[in-house]
Amino acid sequence: MPMTDAVLATKGISKSFGALQASLDISIDLRPGEIHALIGPNGAGKSTLIQQIAGGMKPDAGQIFLNGQDITALGTAARAKRGLARTFQISALAMEDTVLQNAVLGALGAQGRPFQVFGTALGKADLRATAEQALDRVGLMDHAKTRTSELSHGQRRQLEVAVALTLNPKAFVMDEPMAGLGTRGSKRLTGFLDSLREQAPILLVEHDMDAVFTLADRISVLVYGQIIATGTVDDIRANADVRRAYLGDDT
Amino acid sequence: MTRERKINAGLALALLAFPLWAYFANEPFMITLATKVAILALAGVGLNIALGQGGLVSLGHAAFFGIGGYAMGILASHAQTFDPIAEWPFLIEGTKSMPIIWIVAVLTSGLAALLIGALSLRTSGVYFIMITLAFGQMFYYFAISWPTYGGEDGLSIYVRNGFPGLNTLDPIQFFAITFVILMLAMGFAAMLAKSPFGLALNAARQSPQRVETVGMTPYRLRLVAFVISGMITGLAGALFADLNRFVSPTMFSWQTSGEIMVFIIIGGIGRLYGPLVGAALFIALEHILGGLSDYWHIYLGVLLLLIVLFARGGVIGSLAGRGHAHD
Repeated sequence: MPMTDAVLATKGISKSFGALQASLDISIDLRPGEIHALIGPNGAGKSTLIQQIAGGMKPDAGQIFLNGQDITALGTAARAKRGLARTFQISALAMEDTVLQNAVLGALGAQGRPFQVFGTALGKADLRATAEQALDRVGLMDHAKTRTSELSHGQRRQLEVAVALTLNPKAFVMDEPMAGLGTRGSKRLTGFLDSLREQAPILLVEHDMDAVFTLADRISVLVYGQIIATGTVDDIRANADVRRAYLGDDT
Repeated sequence: MTRERKINAGLALALLAFPLWAYFANEPFMITLATKVAILALAGVGLNIALGQGGLVSLGHAAFFGIGGYAMGILASHAQTFDPIAEWPFLIEGTKSMPIIWIVAVLTSGLAALLIGALSLRTSGVYFIMITLAFGQMFYYFAISWPTYGGEDGLSIYVRNGFPGLNTLDPIQFFAITFVILMLAMGFAAMLAKSPFGLALNAARQSPQRVETVGMTPYRLRLVAFVISGMITGLAGALFADLNRFVSPTMFSWQTSGEIMVFIIIGGIGRLYGPLVGAALFIALEHILGGLSDYWHIYLGVLLLLIVLFARGGVIGSLAGRGHAHD
């Protein structure tokens, strides 16, 4: 396996909950400049895999590498500091805070000095510049002073991405960023993610197949905790196993 | 100026005006009541950093209040008997100097908060409440069973400790000290809330997952907040002991922890002036209703119930509306 040029890679990851095998010997990699989509039916183990990659859950066996370094033993915060930027399926934002404050929080985490008690968070020019740049990129600058709980569902998704952008990421891990977006919303986000891959590759878990087929350079298909196929869009479309297991095509 | 700021300014002025009126009306007891309000509010300002900003429901803050009190009691009792605290490895003598007592109170309560916090912050929710409560009770029973410093009877200090250039036995001058410290502490709490640290701490309360995902550890943020919180409550304990010229294990009791929390809930959790409103109402009720019935706490209970049911933002929340996302 070409571990050297992969930005993010898992090697033989397994995880079980009692009798349920959520991940079985999973090896996938994310190469520079690519969008690698992870698809699979509900309950296939996508979220469990994302959790293990982001650091929220420890695999029973196997390793995870970021830029060639073994990060398996590190927690979520340490992985984020190394440039692993994750977005959540269900927005995990500071809802009482403003949009700008959420973005500044990301910049503060990336800067790595959270114990400053003097001066205001929003008054720190460097933090604010990073935050505003990220908000500008996702198109939320007009809402900088809006309380996050007042944002629409789609705007929260945008803010999730903006916070990830402030981390100066080496790799993005996105858990269903299109979930709950309307047709227009997902089209816009699709265009945006397309432009994002130049900055850092994206491991994308997504149910919206239009988006996956438009964006993905490669697709991995997860069924019952196992990767049954990895390949280009055309490969996956043509793959008989995938059609049987996932697309529900019995012919 | 936001509405809340106007209300806060009014409250600060009221706390200043009441004892001044009492001074000119020759009502020294009223000055003492105002001093008590300022000191209890200070204890609340400390807890409010952990509770309001950090979301840490500590039912053990009496530990810090008591440690501050005993820091004063121990230092002053040795000074009044001219008996050194320790002669080996080096001589440590008691003191009657308030600034030195404050420093000792802040450092010892901060150290206790570091130890208690390091252990209890590994848990959350109801377990955190129970562990902080258990630590508080440990100190309570330790104080009861420590005969050197009065055990159950506590320690009396005959003369109030001194502050350079002031006559601390004059009620209005002692009030001035507590008022200035309260204002400084509230200024610090306000600064903390808006600082980068405050942003991270408040986010860790709302979404710990988010804070971790951007590379920070909620545990460390909470521990620092808990220590700062314990230090301020400890300082309040030292002042409270000086107000009464008496320290007893009651300062460590869980009722004390509960009362400090009640001030905050009445005034408004996370509101800068919440503890002041809560402490003032508490003392006012105690003074007015306490004269009518020994069971005045029933009325306090009713007030608390009404606030929890109908006015979640406490008194400040009802007057000033929902808090602004500080921008």
